[in-house]
Amino acid sequence: MELLEVRNLKTYFKTQKGMVKAVDDVSCSLSYGKVLGLVGESGCGKTTTALSIANLLPPEGRIVGGEVLLEGEDLMGLSAGKLRKKRWKEVSIVFQGAMNALNPVMKVGLQIAEVLMLHDKLTYEQAMIRTKELFKLVEIDEERVNQYPHEFSGGMKQRAMIAMALACNPKIIIGDEPTTALDVMVQAQILNLLEKLKNEINMGLILITHDLSVLGEICDDVAVMYAGKIVEKGKVEDIFENHQHPYTYKLMNAFPNIYGERKLSDSIPGNPPNLLEPPSGCRFHPRCEFADERCKTKEPMLAEVGHRHFAACHYGGVFK
Amino acid sequence: MSQVMEVKDLKVYFDIKRGFIDDMLSKEKLQVKAVDGIDLTIGKGEIFSLVGESGSGKTTIGKTILDLIPATQGDIVFLGDSLKHKSKAEKKKFRQKAQMIFQDPYQSLNPKDIILDIVAEPLQVNGLIKNEKEKMQKVVNALEMAGLTPAEDFLYRYPHELSGGQRQRVAIAGAIVLDPEFIVADEPVSMLDVSIRIGILNLMMALRDRKGISYLFITHDLSLAWVISDRIAILYLGKIMEMGRADTIIHECLHPYSQSLISVMPVPAVNKEKERIILHGETPDPIHLPEGCRFHPRCPKVFEKCCREEPELTEVAPGHFAACHRIGERGRSLDEQERYKDNK
Repeated sequence: MELLEVRNLKTYFKTQKGMVKAVDDVSCSLSYGKVLGLVGESGCGKTTTALSIANLLPPEGRIVGGEVLLEGEDLMGLSAGKLRKKRWKEVSIVFQGAMNALNPVMKVGLQIAEVLMLHDKLTYEQAMIRTKELFKLVEIDEERVNQYPHEFSGGMKQRAMIAMALACNPKIIIGDEPTTALDVMVQAQILNLLEKLKNEINMGLILITHDLSVLGEICDDVAVMYAGKIVEKGKVEDIFENHQHPYTYKLMNAFPNIYGERKLSDSIPGNPPNLLEPPSGCRFHPRCEFADERCKTKEPMLAEVGHRHFAACHYGGVFK
Repeated sequence: MSQVMEVKDLKVYFDIKRGFIDDMLSKEKLQVKAVDGIDLTIGKGEIFSLVGESGSGKTTIGKTILDLIPATQGDIVFLGDSLKHKSKAEKKKFRQKAQMIFQDPYQSLNPKDIILDIVAEPLQVNGLIKNEKEKMQKVVNALEMAGLTPAEDFLYRYPHELSGGQRQRVAIAGAIVLDPEFIVADEPVSMLDVSIRIGILNLMMALRDRKGISYLFITHDLSLAWVISDRIAILYLGKIMEMGRADTIIHECLHPYSQSLISVMPVPAVNKEKERIILHGETPDPIHLPEGCRFHPRCPKVFEKCCREEPELTEVAPGHFAACHRIGERGRSLDEQERYKDNK
């Protein structure tokens, strides 16, 4: 049984201008001790997918279809109260911009202990002991439990957020751009830490990022999203070395590789589409140089192009 | 290559503001040494990158060069002319020729102005336009050069109607409308989506090729610096650790700090096996800098000399500079030199 399975997830946002199909028919899965990378540009629906899994959508957002199975149990069918119990104990999130996610007027240690007191029903003393253990796990000096967030550096705040996510031994951690605002060296430290924890605790990790180059460092599987849909998914090796979708190819080229040729590739023309009125046919066709009539009218389905490797393009792989 | 910009022994210190009583009681004045002795030159049509982590002083250098922050010590020479002791009017002349592009196009454009006024503002401030027709023509030219075509479509729009990439192009149009010789670009693409980034960088390079504009490109992203620049300087706590041609820095760097930065740089490929030199801890506090080499507390190759003496930035190969005691003559590391001696 897979740890997490997302089947045909559809999350729409109701706005004054109409329905925004932020996530439109997304399926993916995650096994124990593995890392799934969700990658795409801003507005492609990667964060919405994560929030849907944890059921933390803002009031305008609604899951209109699909299933999220955690160890075979459908999370969609649960009541709000039951879900709240599962959240943090089974699925926890490390939010984007840890700098702003901590409460500035509350001691960091107490913010983590609060989670434990609430979910694991520990007493204050027990919770503080566990918090110190967690600090050690994420390599922060345990003396710092009584400090406030402003006394922490950016990297340390992110570590504290990870400690909080780990508090109740969740089965899955979702990292929403966990290293985006950090320096390269701190990013490397955090990625190293996540990898170490994943192996030690055997949990699943979903890593959401816009930075494709981070994926190669720790992911096992990768799903590339564009305009609310997954355009390609597969093992990380397949995505990097044998990509079949023109968008993956273009995105990959947008990142300079210091071990490759020193040149700037062509940019992807145009802007990501407006999800109020997504383009007809293949959503990438207005920006795709290989597009023809068929791409404008008929939407390509995600088809298997190799072992556990899927791509949604009429001309999968041929474009190269 | 003639020099456009020359920075000589630049130092920028910021005083720490403390309470009145603290000031009275302690004699020692606390200072943040944001920039601590930098020398660099930028040639005509050259793209020079400053790379460093946050707090390394890269933005401070960019702003000081444009005289937006006063220098504590040192000299800035623009087109052979020192900026020291210049009058206000002369500095205004200088600023026409040296422009800046900021990081965040969501904050650097006035939300209440239309694009026409935003781009025309530098012209008006400097009294360079005689009539509306001339203003319009110059603005349209600048917008088209920045890749916003047809320019007429953008003139009467507000910044909020544009995407991030388009806004950054407006910011670039505002910088080039005065026909500058030199532009400081402070992280111009770090707020933009990946697919938009390349377009902005290509635009910057096209302007260099067409108009011979020189750039000081400030970034934390070493791989971007490598792709677009001619030379790179790697900063750590206000000092240059290593400087040289882009390819040299990436492929033949000698300083332990550059080596570890490059080893942890993510690349778009599967590289789980790659050997990473991860530095532990954080960048030290710039108020109380470590003695000797400022990198020594985190350096994997530290030895006792590093704690005592600060290494000078020395030329280890033609055009390749590094500040490290481990790097001896002719760019050989000390270990290599010892081995060399033993063999003899």
